[in-house]
Amino acid sequence: MTDTLVEARGLTKRFDDLTAVDGIDFDIHQGEAFGFLGPNGAGKTSTMKMITTVSPITEGKLTVFGLDPTTQGRSIRQRIGVVPQEDNLDLELTVSENLYIYGRYHDMSRAEINPRITELLEFAQLSDRRDSTVEPLSGGMKRRLTIARALINDPDLIILDEPTTGLDPQARHLLWDRLYRLKRDGATLIITTHYMDEAEQLCDRLVVMDQGKIVAEGSPRELIEQYAPREVLELRFDDEQRDDAVIKMDGVAARSEVLADRVLLYTDDADDTQRALHDRGVHPEQVLVRRSTLEDVFLRLTGRRLID
Amino acid sequence: MTVLSRSLRVAESEAIAYRRTWRGTVISSFINPILFLAAMGAGLGSLVDSGSGELAVPYLAFVATGLMAASGMQNGATDGSFPVMAGILWRKNFIGAISTPISPSDIIYGRFLWAMLRLTFVLVVFAVIAVLFGAMEIGPALLAVPPAVLTGLGFLTVITSWTVTQKDGLSLSTLFRFAIVPLFLFSGTFFPISQLPGFLQPVAYVTPLFHGVELVRKIALPGVDASVVTSIPMWIHFAYLLTMVAVGLYLSTRLLDKRLRP
Repeated sequence: MTDTLVEARGLTKRFDDLTAVDGIDFDIHQGEAFGFLGPNGAGKTSTMKMITTVSPITEGKLTVFGLDPTTQGRSIRQRIGVVPQEDNLDLELTVSENLYIYGRYHDMSRAEINPRITELLEFAQLSDRRDSTVEPLSGGMKRRLTIARALINDPDLIILDEPTTGLDPQARHLLWDRLYRLKRDGATLIITTHYMDEAEQLCDRLVVMDQGKIVAEGSPRELIEQYAPREVLELRFDDEQRDDAVIKMDGVAARSEVLADRVLLYTDDADDTQRALHDRGVHPEQVLVRRSTLEDVFLRLTGRRLID
Repeated sequence: MTVLSRSLRVAESEAIAYRRTWRGTVISSFINPILFLAAMGAGLGSLVDSGSGELAVPYLAFVATGLMAASGMQNGATDGSFPVMAGILWRKNFIGAISTPISPSDIIYGRFLWAMLRLTFVLVVFAVIAVLFGAMEIGPALLAVPPAVLTGLGFLTVITSWTVTQKDGLSLSTLFRFAIVPLFLFSGTFFPISQLPGFLQPVAYVTPLFHGVELVRKIALPGVDASVVTSIPMWIHFAYLLTMVAVGLYLSTRLLDKRLRP
């Protein structure tokens, strides 16, 4: 298929005795936002590093733009933009110098770079910071600058590794808004995240990774429909009542998860389930009804939570 | 892009960064030469020259040439250690660069080109200061610059290849304390190797700064006798330093690649 930008078959990465990525298959198409969802250590970053050609693959097949990362890494890197997990901006340099250096690395001339910087700073809402040093910028501003830097070469593929980790909610929403704009303008995005809301907000399609393997694949909606009933009842109990309640609740919902601080009941109709609980004499301290999310999918697939 | 143009882009980025950080290097690069020349050359030198007078040149000229080679070593060693570790671990600018068409070997070559420029600048300033102190004429002082730069590049490349194998910055200070400082003191910078105890002289012959110091003196102070320099032919010093550069470049490109692209 001509519109497949990244293709992986049996992709594997081993470090000595640790298998970070364990034979995964995926295709990423032109114009989509593709997510890798999973907890820390699932192998997402190792996968990104292989795609961006900064980590050699151990086994399997990987092509990016139909090119081989082992022998054609430079041609691949010319056409991608990378937003790494940890900011690696030059703090002592100015905002525009940071962009300028990357433009030069991408073989752009000064005449090409300067208008591009103006454009990108506008996009990143940093126009008034053009000549200030990076050091005093807020975390959100630094992230936006890192994204602007990744866009300097007008990449065909943008790779964002945990783009909003460590940002406050307001900065996250601002960043998501910028990423939406990229999507709307037709960019192809690869996003890794351990935030399910981020994956739901941004990704057209995603894979769920755990311990180096892909455990599920689909759109956020499909995954939720497939792996989690529509609604979730979150129940909190007194410590004494909890064990008793758990026994009484057996079978009341399609599925249940007993977590340290609460019990989750998965159901297609929360009202029905609540009535059933009442009939069985279960009286939780607190009840919260919500829609199923990718977090529930992950819990279902791995038996663990995304963020501990 | 060719290797050269990519390396030049890296050198350019170093230059842009230097524009912001050069103030931090003023003391080591420009103030220290003045202090050393004043204390060792003018101060101690007046004592040495009025003594038995074994040296064929004024002590100021002797120590100025030695210090130029040593300054090359200091600057090269500094460039090959802390900024390299920073590129990998702290500033992470190497990590960022390799996600663009730049590769680890471009970083090594680019930093080499930039160091060549910076070392030349620092050593020309040193030469001018030495002239102002009356240590040398301007001609010999400028002739001392290329061999001192070569000494610096030898240290830069060899130490870079060592730095990229280090886990963190702790070992870097150890390097300066236990290698650079002893070399500085016992490589003929301040007194001729012939003054060392006999069994130590062969040790001096295999250390790198000795060859830098000798090469600088043989080029800048031609015709001086055995009281100042050894009878080792110049090409040996030259070959020694060039080998350092070649081996250093070879190892550091490969080791940096291993470090950055595990």
